[in-house]
Amino acid sequence: MRALALLLALFAALAVVPLAADTYVVALVTRAMIFALAAVSLDFILGGAGLVSFGHAALMGIGAYGVGILMEEGTREALIAFPAAMAAAGLFALVTGAVSLKTRGVYFIMITLAFGQMAFFVAQSLSAYGGDDGLSLAARSTVAGQRWLKSPVTFHYATLGLLILITALCALILASPFGRVLRAAKENERRVRALGIDPYPYRLVAYGLAGAFAGLSGALLANLTEFVSPAFLSWHRSGELIVMVVAGAMAASALGVRAGGAGRLGGAVLGAVGVILVEEGLAHLTEHWRIVFGPLLVLLVLLGGWRGRRA
Amino acid sequence: MSARLDVRGLRKSYGALAVTDGVDLTVEAGEIHALIGPNGAGKTTLISLIAGEVRPDAGTILLGEADLTAAPVHRRARAGLARSFQITSTIPAFSVRENVVLALQGAGGPSFRLWPAPRAERARAERARALLARVGLEGRGDHPAAALSHGEKRALELAMALAAEPRILLLDEPMAGTGPEEGRAMVDLIASLKAACGILLVEHDMDAVFRLADRVSVLVAGRIIASGTPEQVRADPAVRAAYLGDETATGAAP
Repeated sequence: MRALALLLALFAALAVVPLAADTYVVALVTRAMIFALAAVSLDFILGGAGLVSFGHAALMGIGAYGVGILMEEGTREALIAFPAAMAAAGLFALVTGAVSLKTRGVYFIMITLAFGQMAFFVAQSLSAYGGDDGLSLAARSTVAGQRWLKSPVTFHYATLGLLILITALCALILASPFGRVLRAAKENERRVRALGIDPYPYRLVAYGLAGAFAGLSGALLANLTEFVSPAFLSWHRSGELIVMVVAGAMAASALGVRAGGAGRLGGAVLGAVGVILVEEGLAHLTEHWRIVFGPLLVLLVLLGGWRGRRA
Repeated sequence: MSARLDVRGLRKSYGALAVTDGVDLTVEAGEIHALIGPNGAGKTTLISLIAGEVRPDAGTILLGEADLTAAPVHRRARAGLARSFQITSTIPAFSVRENVVLALQGAGGPSFRLWPAPRAERARAERARALLARVGLEGRGDHPAAALSHGEKRALELAMALAAEPRILLLDEPMAGTGPEEGRAMVDLIASLKAACGILLVEHDMDAVFRLADRVSVLVAGRIIASGTPEQVRADPAVRAAYLGDETATGAAP
């Protein structure tokens, strides 16, 4: 139950932020939660099913562009734009996943990277929607016609609510019979096949769901920054998401929370929030913050590995 | 549930080396057919061919009326062909019970339940308990599979194979690496299974083979050089020369 305790503590901490912090910090933490949502969707397939996707930012970016393009075309309503963004990202994941999931290991990493870069270059060439320069949103989305998302505090709680919802959903799916197949195939695919189960359709459905969830995080990010650009889809960002998931798993392990199983999603939330906040904090101290950030990550991995072995 | 496994003219070569060189083999319902042979004779390759992990160059594999020659592994398993692995193969991070529950899921057809399904899960847990009791692992359900002893892992593998209520069971050296005590328990267990399904048993332990087998085939260099009752095979001069050697011919014979 320590995994659940970690999650509840994180969500509680995120919930009290608007009570104690100024607008700048609230926006920063909202951004962190949006990345936490993307990290949870990545960890769902990475930690849950062993699929190291290096194109996750593309799914997030497609969600962001979904909101941006719909707004440019006159649809401001979140109840239309958000599901559309999720559907677009989910569909992209299903189509690219159908090909990528035929491969394994390093090949899977490379092919998801390739599909991600493909989406990146498509975004760059969308001259009607800003091309290389990106696209500024006229305003934030409305919810049922109301301009609730304009308020940083309301936006914060809406994001927190969606983060909790998606995290719970991913945990439930991983605990279900469907999730059992994913987790088993991650450990011993040959055995799973010998038991009469072909893991491919399970992985494909999981990949599509992860795409839709990442698309939702992109839709939120577009609203937070009121701007979308091809950089949202770049492989750098996919790498950052992997760092968040891995650093989070290590931090959770260092805290004594068993990695693996449904409980691990708390690590992704912790990793995303931690990485964003530490980055921001270090950037305030020095412009060479990466010199500090790198060794910090190494220390974390060493510590997590040490505690994980002792457990 | 039982059905006949019929392998005809199976061939597999790696380059110039014929690992399986025209093998004909049947496993009747309710019999234990032991496959013996020296190291490198191609026993494990033959099991892999039948299970579907390796595609044959020629030949057919029939289970009952169904032609499985071109079917992928998971479809053969669904058709009733279960196997244990020579090197123990479980899901180490799962509990013992969840390993069996996964096997039951595989036997039950596609489980695209994205939601927890408490009633089906309870039924599977109950059946898993019964299967674990059958292989002598009662009370071990909550242990991680990785923490089991070698012999217990072999028993777990058998429980996983039995979950599918297979028509034919392929056992690749189920006794390998077990202690004498565990080995005896395994022999009793395998003997108790043959009422339910036909068994193709690859085994190096000659005592076990001669106690269990209804028929024995001897594989040497990819060919079956002799096939018959244990007594016939033991008496076959070609088999003695190729494989059994003096020790078994004089020492182990009753």
